[in-house]
Amino acid sequence: MSRTYFLSSVPPALRGWVLPALILLFWWWAVASGWSTSPLLVSPAAVWDRALQQITSGDLWTALSASLWRNARGFLLGSSAGLAVGVLLGWSRWAERLVGPSFHTLKQISLFAWIPMLSMWFGLGDGAKVAFIAMAAFFPMVLNTYEGLRSVPREYIEVGRVYGFGLWQQLTRVIAPSAAPSVFTGLQLALIYSWLATLGSEYLMASGAGIGNTLIDGREHFQMDLVLFGVAVIGLVGYALNAFTAALERRLLAWRDRTVARY
Amino acid sequence: MAHAGTLDIRGLNKQYEVKGQPLPVLQDIHLTIAPGEFVSIVGTSGCGKSTLLRLVIGLEEGYQGEILLDGTRIQGTNLNRGIVFQEHRLFPWLTVEKNIALGLLNSGLTEGQQRATIREHIELVGLSGFEKAYPHQLSGGMSQRVAIARALVNRPDILLLDEPFGALDAMTRAHLQQELHRIWQTEGITMILVTHDVEEAVYLGDKVVVMEPRPGRIRRTVPVPLAHPRDRASHAFTTVKDSVLREFGEHSVADLAEAPLKTERPAPELSAWRFAV
Repeated sequence: MSRTYFLSSVPPALRGWVLPALILLFWWWAVASGWSTSPLLVSPAAVWDRALQQITSGDLWTALSASLWRNARGFLLGSSAGLAVGVLLGWSRWAERLVGPSFHTLKQISLFAWIPMLSMWFGLGDGAKVAFIAMAAFFPMVLNTYEGLRSVPREYIEVGRVYGFGLWQQLTRVIAPSAAPSVFTGLQLALIYSWLATLGSEYLMASGAGIGNTLIDGREHFQMDLVLFGVAVIGLVGYALNAFTAALERRLLAWRDRTVARY
Repeated sequence: MAHAGTLDIRGLNKQYEVKGQPLPVLQDIHLTIAPGEFVSIVGTSGCGKSTLLRLVIGLEEGYQGEILLDGTRIQGTNLNRGIVFQEHRLFPWLTVEKNIALGLLNSGLTEGQQRATIREHIELVGLSGFEKAYPHQLSGGMSQRVAIARALVNRPDILLLDEPFGALDAMTRAHLQQELHRIWQTEGITMILVTHDVEEAVYLGDKVVVMEPRPGRIRRTVPVPLAHPRDRASHAFTTVKDSVLREFGEHSVADLAEAPLKTERPAPELSAWRFAV
Protein backbone atom coordinates (compact mmCIF):
# COMPACT_ATOMS: atom_id res chain seq x y z
CA MET A 1 0.00 0.00 0.00
CA SER A 2 1.56 3.24 -1.11
CA ARG A 3 1.58 6.32 1.06
CA THR A 4 -0.51 8.29 -1.40
CA TYR A 5 -3.12 5.56 -1.26
CA PHE A 6 -3.08 5.76 2.51
CA LEU A 7 -3.53 9.54 2.44
CA SER A 8 -6.35 9.42 -0.08
CA SER A 9 -8.29 7.19 2.27
CA VAL A 10 -8.29 10.04 4.81
CA PRO A 11 -10.97 12.74 4.34
CA PRO A 12 -9.31 15.90 2.90
CA ALA A 13 -10.25 18.03 5.89
CA LEU A 14 -8.37 15.70 8.21
CA ARG A 15 -5.23 15.18 6.13
CA GLY A 16 -3.40 17.96 7.96
CA TRP A 17 -3.85 15.99 11.19
CA VAL A 18 -2.17 12.84 9.93
CA LEU A 19 1.39 13.90 10.69
CA PRO A 20 0.69 15.33 14.18
CA ALA A 21 -1.28 12.19 15.02
CA LEU A 22 1.59 9.97 13.92
CA ILE A 23 4.08 11.98 15.95
CA LEU A 24 1.84 11.84 19.01
CA LEU A 25 1.47 8.11 18.56
CA PHE A 26 5.24 7.65 18.26
CA TRP A 27 5.82 9.84 21.30
CA TRP A 28 3.34 7.84 23.35
CA TRP A 29 4.88 4.56 22.17
CA ALA A 30 8.44 5.77 22.83
CA VAL A 31 7.69 6.40 26.49
CA ALA A 32 5.20 3.60 27.10
CA SER A 33 7.40 0.88 25.59
CA GLY A 34 10.44 2.03 27.54
CA TRP A 35 12.26 2.87 24.29
CA SER A 36 13.11 6.20 25.89
CA THR A 37 13.67 6.41 29.60
CA SER A 38 15.21 9.87 29.58
CA PRO A 39 13.61 12.31 32.03
CA LEU A 40 13.84 14.84 29.18
CA LEU A 41 10.95 13.13 27.47
CA VAL A 42 7.82 12.67 29.55
CA SER A 43 4.73 10.86 28.37
CA PRO A 44 1.81 12.60 26.66
CA ALA A 45 -0.31 11.52 29.60
CA ALA A 46 1.94 13.41 32.02
CA VAL A 47 1.58 16.55 29.91
CA TRP A 48 -2.18 16.05 29.85
CA ASP A 49 -2.27 15.69 33.65
CA ARG A 50 -0.20 18.82 33.98
CA ALA A 51 -2.58 20.64 31.67
CA LEU A 52 -5.54 19.66 33.84
CA GLN A 53 -3.69 20.71 36.96
CA GLN A 54 -2.77 24.09 35.41
CA ILE A 55 -6.31 24.70 34.26
CA THR A 56 -8.07 23.69 37.49
CA SER A 57 -5.62 25.49 39.76
CA GLY A 58 -6.06 28.70 37.79
CA ASP A 59 -2.32 28.96 37.14
CA LEU A 60 -2.86 28.78 33.40
CA TRP A 61 -5.37 31.59 33.49
CA THR A 62 -3.09 33.82 35.57
CA ALA A 63 -0.17 33.29 33.20
CA LEU A 64 -2.15 33.44 29.98
CA SER A 65 -4.15 36.53 30.89
CA ALA A 66 -0.97 38.34 31.94
CA SER A 67 0.64 37.47 28.61
CA LEU A 68 -2.38 38.37 26.49
CA TRP A 69 -2.91 41.66 28.29
CA ARG A 70 0.75 42.54 27.82
CA ASN A 71 0.52 41.50 24.20
CA ALA A 72 -2.62 43.55 23.61
CA ARG A 73 -1.11 46.71 25.06
CA GLY A 74 2.13 46.36 23.15
CA PHE A 75 0.32 45.51 19.94
CA LEU A 76 -2.09 48.43 20.17
CA LEU A 77 0.65 50.87 21.06
CA GLY A 78 3.05 49.65 18.37
CA SER A 79 0.57 49.20 15.56
CA SER A 80 -1.17 52.52 16.07
CA ALA A 81 2.16 54.34 16.21
CA GLY A 82 3.22 52.33 13.16
CA LEU A 83 0.06 53.27 11.30
CA ALA A 84 0.62 56.94 12.06
CA VAL A 85 4.26 56.92 10.98
CA GLY A 86 3.44 54.82 7.91
CA VAL A 87 0.74 57.26 6.83
CA LEU A 88 3.08 60.18 7.40
CA LEU A 89 5.90 58.59 5.35
CA GLY A 90 3.54 57.46 2.61
CA TRP A 91 1.75 60.75 2.40
CA SER A 92 4.49 63.32 2.55
CA ARG A 93 7.65 63.29 0.50
CA TRP A 94 9.10 65.75 2.92
CA ALA A 95 8.54 63.47 5.90
CA GLU A 96 9.92 60.55 3.95
CA ARG A 97 13.13 62.44 3.24
CA LEU A 98 13.44 63.56 6.83
CA VAL A 99 12.46 60.39 8.67
CA GLY A 100 12.94 57.66 6.06
CA PRO A 101 16.72 57.12 6.33
CA SER A 102 16.64 57.00 10.13
CA PHE A 103 13.74 54.59 10.06
CA HIS A 104 15.42 52.27 7.58
CA THR A 105 18.57 52.27 9.67
CA LEU A 106 16.73 51.53 12.90
CA LYS A 107 14.80 48.66 11.41
CA GLN A 108 18.07 46.90 10.58
CA ILE A 109 18.88 46.57 14.27
CA SER A 110 17.80 43.26 15.71
CA LEU A 111 14.89 43.76 18.06
CA PHE A 112 16.65 41.82 20.80
CA ALA A 113 19.49 44.32 20.79
CA TRP A 114 17.09 46.85 22.27
CA ILE A 115 16.38 44.76 25.36
CA PRO A 116 19.30 45.95 27.52
CA MET A 117 18.45 49.55 26.78
CA LEU A 118 14.73 49.10 27.29
CA SER A 119 15.19 47.31 30.59
CA MET A 120 17.51 50.05 31.81
CA TRP A 121 15.04 52.74 30.83
CA PHE A 122 11.85 51.07 31.96
CA GLY A 123 13.13 48.67 34.62
CA LEU A 124 12.38 44.98 34.58
CA GLY A 125 8.66 45.47 35.10
CA ASP A 126 5.91 45.45 32.56
CA GLY A 127 6.91 48.77 30.99
CA ALA A 128 9.99 47.41 29.28
CA LYS A 129 8.15 44.34 28.05
CA VAL A 130 5.30 46.35 26.59
CA ALA A 131 7.77 48.71 24.94
CA PHE A 132 9.58 45.74 23.41
CA ILE A 133 6.33 44.23 22.09
CA ALA A 134 5.30 47.61 20.72
CA MET A 135 8.55 47.84 18.78
CA ALA A 136 7.98 44.41 17.29
CA ALA A 137 4.54 45.50 16.05
CA PHE A 138 5.72 48.94 14.97
CA PHE A 139 8.11 48.10 12.13
CA PRO A 140 5.93 45.80 9.97
CA MET A 141 3.05 48.22 10.42
CA VAL A 142 5.06 51.22 9.21
CA LEU A 143 6.49 49.38 6.22
CA ASN A 144 3.21 47.95 4.97
CA THR A 145 1.20 51.12 5.52
CA TYR A 146 3.84 53.09 3.66
CA GLU A 147 3.87 50.56 0.84
CA GLY A 148 0.07 50.56 0.65
CA LEU A 149 -0.14 54.33 0.32
CA ARG A 150 2.68 54.50 -2.18
CA SER A 151 1.04 51.96 -4.46
CA VAL A 152 -2.35 53.63 -4.77
CA PRO A 153 -2.74 53.75 -8.57
CA ARG A 154 -2.58 57.26 -10.01
CA GLU A 155 -5.40 56.17 -12.32
CA TYR A 156 -7.75 55.79 -9.36
CA ILE A 157 -6.89 59.24 -8.07
CA GLU A 158 -7.70 60.62 -11.51
CA VAL A 159 -11.11 58.95 -11.43
CA GLY A 160 -11.75 60.74 -8.14
CA ARG A 161 -10.68 64.04 -9.67
CA VAL A 162 -13.03 63.52 -12.63
CA TYR A 163 -15.93 63.18 -10.18
CA GLY A 164 -14.88 66.24 -8.23
CA PHE A 165 -13.65 64.44 -5.11
CA GLY A 166 -12.20 66.69 -2.46
CA LEU A 167 -9.27 65.67 -0.31
CA TRP A 168 -11.47 63.92 2.26
CA GLN A 169 -13.37 62.00 -0.39
CA GLN A 170 -10.11 60.96 -2.06
CA LEU A 171 -8.85 59.76 1.31
CA THR A 172 -11.90 57.80 2.35
CA ARG A 173 -13.17 56.60 -1.02
CA VAL A 174 -9.98 55.97 -2.97
CA ILE A 175 -6.76 56.04 -0.97
CA ALA A 176 -7.85 54.19 2.17
CA PRO A 177 -9.63 51.27 0.45
CA SER A 178 -6.86 50.98 -2.11
CA ALA A 179 -4.18 50.83 0.59
CA ALA A 180 -6.28 48.59 2.87
CA PRO A 181 -4.95 45.19 1.79
CA SER A 182 -1.37 46.25 2.43
CA VAL A 183 -2.24 47.89 5.74
CA PHE A 184 -4.02 44.70 6.70
CA THR A 185 -0.92 42.65 5.93
CA GLY A 186 0.96 44.99 8.24
CA LEU A 187 -1.61 44.44 10.95
CA GLN A 188 -1.39 40.68 10.54
CA LEU A 189 2.40 40.70 10.75
CA ALA A 190 2.29 43.07 13.71
CA LEU A 191 -0.03 40.70 15.55
CA ILE A 192 2.20 37.69 14.93
CA TYR A 193 5.42 39.54 15.72
CA SER A 194 3.98 40.99 18.89
CA TRP A 195 2.99 37.56 20.14
CA LEU A 196 6.50 36.28 19.45
CA ALA A 197 7.87 39.35 21.19
CA THR A 198 5.60 38.77 24.18
CA LEU A 199 7.22 35.41 24.75
CA GLY A 200 10.66 36.85 24.08
CA SER A 201 10.15 39.66 26.54
CA GLU A 202 8.88 37.33 29.28
CA TYR A 203 11.73 34.97 28.76
CA LEU A 204 14.46 37.59 28.62
CA MET A 205 13.07 39.95 31.24
CA ALA A 206 11.87 37.29 33.62
CA SER A 207 9.77 38.88 36.30
CA GLY A 208 6.06 38.77 36.99
CA ALA A 209 3.54 36.38 35.48
CA GLY A 210 3.20 35.11 31.94
CA ILE A 211 3.34 32.06 29.75
CA GLY A 212 7.02 32.71 29.18
CA ASN A 213 7.50 32.56 32.94
CA THR A 214 5.64 29.26 33.02
CA LEU A 215 8.29 27.91 30.66
CA ILE A 216 11.08 29.24 32.86
CA ASP A 217 9.48 27.67 35.94
CA GLY A 218 9.21 24.35 34.15
CA ARG A 219 12.85 24.46 33.16
CA GLU A 220 14.10 25.52 36.60
CA HIS A 221 12.14 22.82 38.39
CA PHE A 222 12.93 20.28 35.72
CA GLN A 223 9.29 19.72 34.92
CA MET A 224 9.32 18.73 31.26
CA ASP A 225 5.57 18.25 31.34
CA LEU A 226 5.12 21.90 32.30
CA VAL A 227 7.52 23.07 29.58
CA LEU A 228 5.74 21.03 26.91
CA PHE A 229 2.37 22.23 28.13
CA GLY A 230 3.59 25.84 27.87
CA VAL A 231 4.84 25.27 24.34
CA ALA A 232 1.46 23.83 23.35
CA VAL A 233 -0.42 26.82 24.79
CA ILE A 234 1.86 29.27 22.98
CA GLY A 235 1.30 27.42 19.74
CA LEU A 236 -2.46 27.40 20.23
CA VAL A 237 -2.58 31.13 20.92
CA GLY A 238 -0.51 31.83 17.81
CA TYR A 239 -2.81 29.61 15.80
CA ALA A 240 -5.88 31.37 17.17
CA LEU A 241 -4.47 34.82 16.38
CA ASN A 242 -3.74 33.73 12.84
CA ALA A 243 -7.16 32.19 12.34
CA PHE A 244 -8.75 35.34 13.69
CA THR A 245 -6.96 37.67 11.26
CA ALA A 246 -7.57 35.29 8.37
CA ALA A 247 -11.30 35.31 9.09
CA LEU A 248 -11.26 39.08 9.44
CA GLU A 249 -9.45 39.40 6.14
CA ARG A 250 -11.92 37.17 4.34
CA ARG A 251 -14.69 39.36 5.65
CA LEU A 252 -13.22 42.82 5.15
CA LEU A 253 -11.35 42.23 1.93
CA ALA A 254 -13.73 39.86 0.19
CA TRP A 255 -13.50 41.91 -2.99
CA ARG A 256 -9.85 40.92 -3.32
CA ASP A 257 -10.86 37.38 -4.30
CA ARG A 258 -8.99 36.50 -7.42
CA THR A 259 -8.20 40.10 -8.23
CA VAL A 260 -4.59 40.94 -8.67
CA ALA A 261 -4.59 44.70 -9.20
CA ARG A 262 -6.68 44.38 -12.32
CA TYR A 263 -8.28 47.63 -13.20
CA MET B 1 -32.52 64.13 -22.43
CA ALA B 2 -29.41 65.85 -21.22
CA HIS B 3 -28.16 69.17 -22.46
CA ALA B 4 -25.57 68.75 -25.20
CA GLY B 5 -22.51 70.97 -25.10
CA THR B 6 -20.65 72.93 -27.76
CA LEU B 7 -16.93 72.45 -27.51
CA ASP B 8 -14.74 75.10 -29.01
CA ILE B 9 -10.96 74.67 -29.13
CA ARG B 10 -9.03 77.68 -30.39
CA GLY B 11 -5.33 77.92 -31.09
CA LEU B 12 -4.47 75.25 -28.54
CA ASN B 13 -0.78 74.63 -27.87
CA LYS B 14 0.64 72.33 -25.23
CA GLN B 15 4.19 71.42 -24.42
CA TYR B 16 6.00 69.29 -21.90
CA GLU B 17 9.39 69.89 -20.44
CA VAL B 18 11.69 66.94 -21.14
CA LYS B 19 15.22 67.15 -19.72
CA GLY B 20 14.95 70.92 -19.58
CA GLN B 21 13.95 71.14 -23.23
CA PRO B 22 10.44 72.18 -24.24
CA LEU B 23 8.75 69.39 -26.18
CA PRO B 24 5.69 70.47 -28.17
CA VAL B 25 2.88 67.93 -27.86
CA LEU B 26 0.00 69.81 -29.44
CA GLN B 27 0.36 72.60 -31.94
CA ASP B 28 -2.25 75.07 -33.08
CA ILE B 29 -5.34 72.93 -32.64
CA HIS B 30 -8.60 74.43 -33.88
CA LEU B 31 -11.68 72.31 -33.48
CA THR B 32 -15.35 73.14 -33.10
CA ILE B 33 -17.77 70.45 -32.08
CA ALA B 34 -21.50 71.12 -32.38
CA PRO B 35 -23.99 70.09 -29.70
CA GLY B 36 -24.89 66.43 -30.02
CA GLU B 37 -22.15 65.79 -32.54
CA PHE B 38 -20.04 62.62 -32.49
CA VAL B 39 -16.43 63.33 -33.38
CA SER B 40 -13.79 60.66 -33.81
CA ILE B 41 -10.12 61.51 -33.48
CA VAL B 42 -7.62 59.13 -35.03
CA GLY B 43 -3.87 59.25 -35.22
CA THR B 44 -0.75 57.24 -34.54
CA SER B 45 0.86 56.98 -31.13
CA GLY B 46 2.42 60.21 -30.01
CA CYS B 47 0.10 62.47 -31.99
CA GLY B 48 -1.20 63.94 -28.74
CA LYS B 49 -4.78 62.73 -29.09
CA SER B 50 -4.93 61.42 -25.56
CA THR B 51 -3.34 64.61 -24.24
CA LEU B 52 -6.04 66.56 -26.05
CA LEU B 53 -8.74 64.57 -24.21
CA ARG B 54 -6.96 64.98 -20.89
CA LEU B 55 -6.89 68.73 -21.44
CA VAL B 56 -10.60 68.81 -22.23
CA ILE B 57 -11.53 66.71 -19.20
CA GLY B 58 -9.30 68.90 -17.03
CA LEU B 59 -6.81 66.31 -15.75
CA GLU B 60 -4.01 68.09 -17.55
CA GLU B 61 -3.39 71.78 -17.21
CA GLY B 62 -1.03 74.45 -18.44
CA TYR B 63 -1.73 75.17 -22.10
CA GLN B 64 -1.87 78.12 -24.47
CA GLY B 65 -5.03 78.95 -26.37
CA GLU B 66 -8.59 78.33 -25.37
CA ILE B 67 -10.83 75.38 -24.64
CA LEU B 68 -14.42 76.53 -24.29
CA LEU B 69 -17.46 74.50 -23.35
CA ASP B 70 -20.60 76.45 -24.20
CA GLY B 71 -18.48 79.59 -24.30
CA THR B 72 -16.93 79.12 -20.87
CA ARG B 73 -13.24 78.40 -20.50
CA ILE B 74 -12.85 75.00 -18.86
CA GLN B 75 -11.02 74.90 -15.58
CA GLY B 76 -10.16 71.66 -13.84
CA THR B 77 -12.55 68.76 -13.87
CA ASN B 78 -16.30 69.23 -13.78
CA LEU B 79 -19.31 66.94 -13.63
CA ASN B 80 -20.56 68.37 -16.93
CA ARG B 81 -17.68 66.57 -18.67
CA GLY B 82 -17.48 62.78 -18.45
CA ILE B 83 -14.72 60.42 -19.55
CA VAL B 84 -14.25 56.73 -20.23
CA PHE B 85 -10.63 55.59 -20.12
CA GLN B 86 -9.02 52.74 -22.01
CA GLU B 87 -8.84 50.72 -18.79
CA HIS B 88 -12.21 50.65 -17.09
CA ARG B 89 -10.73 51.99 -13.83
CA LEU B 90 -13.50 50.56 -11.70
CA PHE B 91 -12.67 50.30 -8.01
CA PRO B 92 -12.25 46.59 -7.29
CA TRP B 93 -13.56 46.96 -3.75
CA LEU B 94 -16.98 48.22 -4.87
CA THR B 95 -19.87 46.48 -6.58
CA VAL B 96 -21.17 47.63 -9.96
CA GLU B 97 -23.86 49.85 -8.47
CA LYS B 98 -21.54 51.33 -5.86
CA ASN B 99 -18.93 52.08 -8.50
CA ILE B 100 -21.56 53.97 -10.46
CA ALA B 101 -22.82 55.62 -7.28
CA LEU B 102 -19.35 57.08 -6.68
CA GLY B 103 -19.86 59.18 -9.79
CA LEU B 104 -22.83 60.79 -8.06
CA LEU B 105 -21.03 61.55 -4.81
CA ASN B 106 -20.96 65.28 -5.56
CA SER B 107 -24.04 65.45 -7.76
CA GLY B 108 -26.30 66.99 -5.14
CA LEU B 109 -29.05 64.47 -5.92
CA THR B 110 -31.13 63.00 -3.10
CA GLU B 111 -30.60 59.35 -2.26
CA GLY B 112 -33.82 58.37 -3.98
CA GLN B 113 -32.88 60.25 -7.15
CA GLN B 114 -29.46 58.63 -7.05
CA ARG B 115 -30.93 55.13 -6.79
CA ALA B 116 -33.26 55.83 -9.69
CA THR B 117 -30.60 57.25 -11.97
CA ILE B 118 -28.21 54.42 -11.15
CA ARG B 119 -30.84 51.83 -12.03
CA GLU B 120 -31.64 53.71 -15.21
CA HIS B 121 -28.02 53.77 -16.32
CA ILE B 122 -27.38 50.13 -15.48
CA GLU B 123 -30.34 49.40 -17.72
CA LEU B 124 -28.99 51.74 -20.39
CA VAL B 125 -25.75 49.77 -20.67
CA GLY B 126 -27.60 46.47 -20.48
CA LEU B 127 -26.28 45.21 -17.15
CA SER B 128 -29.48 44.75 -15.17
CA GLY B 129 -29.00 41.85 -12.79
CA PHE B 130 -25.31 42.62 -12.27
CA GLU B 131 -25.80 45.41 -9.74
CA LYS B 132 -24.18 43.48 -6.91
CA ALA B 133 -21.32 41.98 -8.94
CA TYR B 134 -17.71 42.94 -8.24
CA PRO B 135 -15.43 44.04 -11.09
CA HIS B 136 -13.42 40.82 -10.88
CA GLN B 137 -16.58 38.90 -11.72
CA LEU B 138 -17.10 40.84 -14.96
CA SER B 139 -15.59 40.42 -18.40
CA GLY B 140 -13.61 43.24 -19.98
CA GLY B 141 -16.57 44.29 -22.11
CA MET B 142 -18.95 44.32 -19.17
CA SER B 143 -16.50 46.34 -17.09
CA GLN B 144 -16.27 48.91 -19.85
CA ARG B 145 -20.08 49.12 -19.91
CA VAL B 146 -20.04 49.90 -16.21
CA ALA B 147 -17.41 52.57 -16.85
CA ILE B 148 -19.68 54.09 -19.51
CA ALA B 149 -22.62 54.08 -17.09
CA ARG B 150 -20.47 55.72 -14.42
CA ALA B 151 -19.38 58.41 -16.89
CA LEU B 152 -22.97 59.14 -17.99
CA VAL B 153 -24.66 59.05 -14.62
CA ASN B 154 -24.13 62.78 -14.02
CA ARG B 155 -25.76 63.52 -17.40
CA PRO B 156 -22.69 65.38 -18.70
CA ASP B 157 -22.95 67.77 -21.64
CA ILE B 158 -20.06 66.02 -23.29
CA LEU B 159 -18.60 62.52 -23.03
CA LEU B 160 -14.96 61.85 -23.85
CA LEU B 161 -13.86 58.34 -24.77
CA ASP B 162 -10.14 57.56 -24.70
CA GLU B 163 -9.71 54.37 -26.75
CA PRO B 164 -12.43 52.73 -24.66
CA PHE B 165 -12.54 49.50 -26.65
CA GLY B 166 -8.84 49.24 -27.41
CA ALA B 167 -8.24 46.36 -25.01
CA LEU B 168 -11.28 44.29 -26.06
CA ASP B 169 -11.50 41.42 -28.52
CA ALA B 170 -12.89 42.14 -32.00
CA MET B 171 -16.34 40.62 -31.40
CA THR B 172 -16.94 42.45 -28.14
CA ARG B 173 -15.59 45.63 -29.66
CA ALA B 174 -18.00 45.55 -32.63
CA HIS B 175 -20.88 44.87 -30.28
CA LEU B 176 -19.96 47.70 -27.92
CA GLN B 177 -19.58 50.10 -30.85
CA GLN B 178 -23.23 49.41 -31.71
CA GLU B 179 -24.17 49.87 -28.08
CA LEU B 180 -22.29 53.15 -27.84
CA HIS B 181 -24.06 54.39 -30.95
CA ARG B 182 -27.41 53.51 -29.42
CA ILE B 183 -26.47 55.28 -26.17
CA TRP B 184 -25.33 58.36 -28.08
CA GLN B 185 -28.69 58.49 -29.85
CA THR B 186 -30.68 57.95 -26.64
CA GLU B 187 -28.75 60.51 -24.62
CA GLY B 188 -28.29 63.00 -27.43
CA ILE B 189 -25.07 64.37 -25.95
CA THR B 190 -21.83 65.46 -27.55
CA MET B 191 -19.20 62.73 -27.74
CA ILE B 192 -15.51 62.70 -28.64
CA LEU B 193 -13.92 59.34 -29.31
CA VAL B 194 -10.17 58.93 -29.50
CA THR B 195 -9.16 55.74 -31.22
CA HIS B 196 -6.54 54.22 -33.48
CA ASP B 197 -9.12 52.02 -35.15
CA VAL B 198 -10.11 53.82 -38.37
CA GLU B 199 -13.14 51.62 -38.96
CA GLU B 200 -14.44 52.37 -35.47
CA ALA B 201 -13.87 56.09 -36.07
CA VAL B 202 -15.84 56.06 -39.32
CA TYR B 203 -18.57 53.77 -37.97
CA LEU B 204 -19.39 56.08 -35.08
CA GLY B 205 -18.31 59.58 -36.08
CA ASP B 206 -20.15 62.42 -37.78
CA LYS B 207 -16.66 63.49 -38.69
CA VAL B 208 -13.21 62.03 -38.31
CA VAL B 209 -10.34 64.24 -37.22
CA VAL B 210 -7.01 62.86 -38.41
CA MET B 211 -4.03 63.93 -36.34
CA GLU B 212 -0.34 63.66 -37.11
CA PRO B 213 2.51 63.39 -34.66
CA ARG B 214 5.55 65.35 -33.51
CA PRO B 215 4.19 67.79 -32.75
CA GLY B 216 0.53 66.79 -32.59
CA ARG B 217 -1.45 68.64 -35.23
CA ILE B 218 -4.75 68.21 -37.01
CA ARG B 219 -3.97 66.99 -40.49
CA ARG B 220 -7.44 66.86 -41.92
CA THR B 221 -11.05 66.56 -40.90
CA VAL B 222 -13.01 64.02 -42.92
CA PRO B 223 -16.81 64.32 -42.83
CA VAL B 224 -18.82 61.11 -42.70
CA PRO B 225 -22.04 61.89 -44.57
CA LEU B 226 -23.58 58.46 -44.02
CA ALA B 227 -26.93 57.65 -42.47
CA HIS B 228 -27.23 55.30 -39.51
CA PRO B 229 -27.21 52.36 -39.18
CA ARG B 230 -23.98 52.15 -41.10
CA ASP B 231 -22.99 49.08 -43.03
CA ARG B 232 -19.27 48.49 -42.66
CA ALA B 233 -19.19 46.50 -45.88
CA SER B 234 -20.98 49.07 -48.04
CA HIS B 235 -19.18 50.93 -50.79
CA ALA B 236 -19.92 54.34 -49.30
CA PHE B 237 -18.48 53.25 -45.96
CA THR B 238 -15.25 51.89 -47.42
CA THR B 239 -14.86 55.02 -49.53
CA VAL B 240 -14.84 57.21 -46.41
CA LYS B 241 -12.63 54.75 -44.60
CA ASP B 242 -10.16 54.75 -47.49
CA SER B 243 -10.03 58.52 -47.58
CA VAL B 244 -9.13 58.51 -43.87
CA LEU B 245 -6.55 55.80 -44.37
CA ARG B 246 -5.04 57.74 -47.26
CA GLU B 247 -4.13 60.47 -44.80
CA PHE B 248 -1.99 57.95 -43.01
CA GLY B 249 -0.61 56.58 -46.27
CA GLU B 250 1.17 59.79 -47.08
CA HIS B 251 3.22 59.47 -43.95
CA SER B 252 6.59 57.86 -44.05
CA VAL B 253 6.85 54.38 -42.59
CA ALA B 254 8.72 55.86 -39.66
CA ASP B 255 5.73 58.00 -38.75
CA LEU B 256 3.42 55.02 -38.71
CA ALA B 257 5.71 53.03 -36.47
CA GLU B 258 5.33 53.29 -32.75
CA ALA B 259 7.15 56.33 -31.52
CA PRO B 260 10.41 55.22 -29.91
CA LEU B 261 9.81 57.55 -27.05
CA LYS B 262 6.28 57.65 -25.81
CA THR B 263 5.89 61.35 -25.25
CA GLU B 264 2.12 61.33 -25.08
CA ARG B 265 1.93 61.20 -21.34
CA PRO B 266 5.12 61.34 -19.30
CA ALA B 267 4.39 60.01 -15.85
CA PRO B 268 4.65 62.91 -13.43
CA GLU B 269 6.53 62.58 -10.19
CA LEU B 270 4.50 60.57 -7.73
CA SER B 271 4.47 63.59 -5.46
CA ALA B 272 2.66 65.61 -8.10
CA TRP B 273 -0.70 63.97 -7.47
CA ARG B 274 -0.13 63.54 -3.79
CA PHE B 275 -0.67 67.21 -3.23
CA ALA B 276 -2.82 67.81 -6.25
CA VAL B 277 -5.66 65.62 -5.05
